[in-house]
Amino acid sequence: MRRSVLTGMVLLVLSILVFFFLNLLLGSVSIPAASVWDILFGGDGENQIWRNIVMKSRLPQAVTALVAGAGLSVAGLQMQTVFRNPLAGPSVLGVSSGASLGVAFVVLLSGRLGGVALSRLGYMGEIAMTVSAIIGAMAVMALIVYVAQKVRGNVTLLIIGVMIGYVATAIIGVLKFFSAEEDVRAYVVWGLGSFARVSGGQVATFAVIMAVLLPLSMLLVKTLNLLLLGDGYARNLGLDVSRARLAVISCAGILVAIVTAYCGPITFLGLAVPHLCRAIFRTSDHRVLMPASLLAGASLALLCNLIARLPGFEGALPVNSVTALIGAPVVAVVLFRRRKEETAE
Amino acid sequence: MSCIETIRVENLAIGYTGKNVYKRVATGISDTIRSGELTCLLGPNGAGKSTLLRTLSAFLPPLEGKISILGKPLEEYSEKQLARIIGVVLTERSSIQNMTVDELVGMGRSPYTGFWGRLSAEDRAQVDAAVEMVGIAPLRSRMVQTLSDGERQKVMIAKALAQETPIIFLDEPTAFLDYPSKVEILHLLYRLAHEEGKTVFLSTHDLELALQVADRIWLMAEGGELHTGTPEELTRDGSLERFINLPDSEKRVRIHFDLNK
Repeated sequence: MRRSVLTGMVLLVLSILVFFFLNLLLGSVSIPAASVWDILFGGDGENQIWRNIVMKSRLPQAVTALVAGAGLSVAGLQMQTVFRNPLAGPSVLGVSSGASLGVAFVVLLSGRLGGVALSRLGYMGEIAMTVSAIIGAMAVMALIVYVAQKVRGNVTLLIIGVMIGYVATAIIGVLKFFSAEEDVRAYVVWGLGSFARVSGGQVATFAVIMAVLLPLSMLLVKTLNLLLLGDGYARNLGLDVSRARLAVISCAGILVAIVTAYCGPITFLGLAVPHLCRAIFRTSDHRVLMPASLLAGASLALLCNLIARLPGFEGALPVNSVTALIGAPVVAVVLFRRRKEETAE
Repeated sequence: MSCIETIRVENLAIGYTGKNVYKRVATGISDTIRSGELTCLLGPNGAGKSTLLRTLSAFLPPLEGKISILGKPLEEYSEKQLARIIGVVLTERSSIQNMTVDELVGMGRSPYTGFWGRLSAEDRAQVDAAVEMVGIAPLRSRMVQTLSDGERQKVMIAKALAQETPIIFLDEPTAFLDYPSKVEILHLLYRLAHEEGKTVFLSTHDLELALQVADRIWLMAEGGELHTGTPEELTRDGSLERFINLPDSEKRVRIHFDLNK
């Protein structure tokens, strides 16, 4: 591995550590750094309220942001490569729309049919939402995988994915129309996306699932590198293109489904981080881009979460606003400077 | 260099089949292609040049007939095996970005590399040799998107060389190029056939150039009729003239070539 790549990776890891700790440190209640350190590493004597704030609120949130950011960025990179489209991202295949549809069904219909508004169910309601999101996302995934085997062109598949997204949104619109106001509100809150919603026990499950899936997705690097060359060349170099496409789409789809189920639809990170990594590391080699996207995604998500929760924004800003507000200029600047360097060469 | 028969085609029919489609593009194709020779496939647009190349490189199944490569039927090869026998240079202009020439040529080693696609010392040596042979050493660290069309074509040829295949198929490698680059690419391919003993089979619209460098010519007329032979043979038996006078082919191309080449 080139030296500059190694340096870049080390810097990314360091930024994750720093942002992670800042996520634990900063918030509406100020807790001294030393106390946060003690709470994390086994000191007993600390203030019980502080302990609760750090362990039950800030730590789960930071872990969620880290894992979700990594997952979405890796999925985004895979989508962009397999569709050879720089605008592809985790949301294009309709997978997040599928998750939204699943949640919409449960949230909006439960009040109507069961007579109990889900928003009043608390913890059970939370789990029901997660499960329904996964079911919705997986259903769309299955549909996409089925279609992927039938159609040849990547663009066709991409368009079908976008269409599925529209259909899902339309159905959600109809559901909303017939739902009780408070249920609609619960759904809208879910739709804003948040790293804060996942509570303690669920965070562990989420982190463990992703800790299994992310390393597995790394196994696709050679396949992704070959797909970069186009179907013809990839095939000539011994790749079973349709199977490879299926593997990559499934992998990315599952990552998005899981993250969306826990955090709601988080936009932007999955689209932007791969571009950021290509520009920083100046390569298309997935042996570099995959780990880089994972790390940069985690780092950026932590940073966004931090900004969303800065003192002054009581109750935290919607994370999607922050990802785009912070991320878009960063990506634009990086790409712009990169272009300038290229013309200067 | 001794020439051995590497590709044998018998009574081949090519075209497309699908659920409601059955389109024959050409039929009754029979000939052999030999190593150490440059064979050019000529024909007007729509005659089926690309279809033939796609069929020979196993991207498309033949409708009828047999193709055998190195004495074994094409369909008995796995994709992985074929990757070590046939290298292709395609017309599709890939939109590869942010990849250096070196990395792209290195991709040609994929059939030989392990799970992560890491290049061994031997792979590196093959890449070096390929880059050297094609004469793109000064471009090695350039990004692919900054190259000219001719340079990019050379890189793709180097990729095919790094693949270490006895057979190289090229689909219109001289399209998009200016005249000097066309000459350069064809001479390079001629050298690869004659000095390296590769079987080089390419389609092209550059009749004049093809007649000058090719050892054998496959003339594909619209409707799928095929005439094969050396440039001299095709000139003597009149098929070249008939081909040129075909209504829709490249008309009135004046041919100058040395019959005693």
